[in-house]
Amino acid sequence: MRILVCIKRVPAPGARINVTPDGLAVDSTQLGFATSPHEECALEGAVQLVEQHGGEVTALTVGPEEAEEQLRYAASVGAHAGVLIPTDGSAWDPQRTAKVIIEAVRILEAEGGRFDLVMFGNESADSGGSQVGVRVAHALGRPAVNGVKGIDIDHESVTLRREIDGGFEVYQLPQPAVIGVKEGLNLPRYPTMKGRLASKKIELRHVALDAEPGGQTLVKLHRPPEVVSNTVILGEGPESAAAVVDILEELGVL
Amino acid sequence: MLLVVLEHDRGEMAEGAREALTFARPLAARLGVELHAALIGSGDSDLVAEAGRHGVATVHVVRHEILSDYGPEAVGSALAELIDEVDPAAVLACATDRGNETMAYAAACLDLPLVTNCVDVAPGDPWEITRMQWGGSLLENVGLVSDRPLLTCGLHVVASEPGDHVEAAVEEFEPDLDESLARSIVRDRVVLTQGVTLPTAQVVCGGGRGVGSAEGFAILDELAAELGGVVGCSRAVTNLGWRPHKDQVGQTGTRIAPEVYIASGISGAIQHWVGAMSSKHILAINTDRDANIVAKADWAVIADLHEVIPAITTEIRHRHPSPNPNPNPNQGA
Repeated sequence: MRILVCIKRVPAPGARINVTPDGLAVDSTQLGFATSPHEECALEGAVQLVEQHGGEVTALTVGPEEAEEQLRYAASVGAHAGVLIPTDGSAWDPQRTAKVIIEAVRILEAEGGRFDLVMFGNESADSGGSQVGVRVAHALGRPAVNGVKGIDIDHESVTLRREIDGGFEVYQLPQPAVIGVKEGLNLPRYPTMKGRLASKKIELRHVALDAEPGGQTLVKLHRPPEVVSNTVILGEGPESAAAVVDILEELGVL
Repeated sequence: MLLVVLEHDRGEMAEGAREALTFARPLAARLGVELHAALIGSGDSDLVAEAGRHGVATVHVVRHEILSDYGPEAVGSALAELIDEVDPAAVLACATDRGNETMAYAAACLDLPLVTNCVDVAPGDPWEITRMQWGGSLLENVGLVSDRPLLTCGLHVVASEPGDHVEAAVEEFEPDLDESLARSIVRDRVVLTQGVTLPTAQVVCGGGRGVGSAEGFAILDELAAELGGVVGCSRAVTNLGWRPHKDQVGQTGTRIAPEVYIASGISGAIQHWVGAMSSKHILAINTDRDANIVAKADWAVIADLHEVIPAITTEIRHRHPSPNPNPNPNQGA
């Protein structure tokens, strides 16, 4: 199998996020960076599929030079090749991002053959536009399903599970297909020492591509007002149970 | 007109559709246009009637033989054709899995921008939109230049409310869909849980790293059962393998909106908070008075959850000895 996984370098989730004075970017001076969580699961899923069925995983990212760090991380957990489409580090809108990925897929497929699967995270942790994978699929004439938490390959098709309230839906797509993965597909592995060493030597490829910006323009990032509640402390031990149950009764849930 | 996508599953309206209609009404008024709805793959009269109760003047019923069930390509393409046909001023869906996916397909078909997860929308030139980044822990002001704005409103940004009741008219539309789009229609469904689930529960008992182990969740399971609720957890807990990912509340898990969220042993890291912030009430149980979740809660008990939760369960059983016959009084209200 040939699998392309599209990943994004984002500030490490969980950190407090501050904005630069001009409001146009996240202030990254105090932040560590990581691969967006859904995409980390997409990458793990791709590596597992290739371990089972043979083949090769290519990781691709659209981002600043520093995003090489995420491509090397991908290599350290099993990706065979890494491709960077360099940007100046500014945030690209979803249409622009999709257009360069579509072009990159065409170039990589012309050289190395068709990707049986192109995998994305369901949405990036930061901008969360939830659309790049679908735009790429549509332009390539391939089916796509988002929100995927289960993948099985069967010959020429791929069976996907997507979580719904109380269970899951099953889709069966012909290959080649595009998949938007959600966290929960797997628990991504940590790199081994051997993987780390190998990833340092891997040659990352830069493909210079750009496209016209789309209709959506970032004006300003800002933090929502902090939620501060006048928290009522009901007590400091199990004797608070009566007060808790009083409240549950008042709320009508008992 | 402002066109709202009525998300449904085989004729059952999704709560997100009601939220989208609630979000759309003031926007339609601001635009000075009628509120219309797109009902794709169903012509169910109950759905049409409910759309009317939400102030929808006309429901565009979109039917085609391959639209027998949901499929992102088929539904998205049908929506794109309807948009070309009826020429709306803007199109809105709710930012659910299906809502974002359907709109992304329509946007791809029409080669138009799509602004997802909006919290505030002001028409103009450009449209001035506020949308969520990082699941809502950061907001982004966006300028949108588009002949036809395509938008999704963030899940639980508004609570659904009916509008001024109108008798909705029905307009039929049959799109010209390529048979090949049937390839991505839902093939099957597997039901794992009957009854109350995390996205719809009125009571969620959440546990974090402070619970200590997978086995430690037994006391939360017991309490949730007494309350007719469900157990949720933090990302730390799913990463440790203590609970399945479907139980995760947060940016990369489920966004909940229960009547009360009981958060035990959870610090309230930002990625968890954005999944829990639409809860109507929050009760925190934590040994750390300075935990984020305590500052944001309505009530808190500063104590060890391993002592407090069994005491709460015991107190409930003492006051309500028989099993609770009606655990979700707000459902169906």
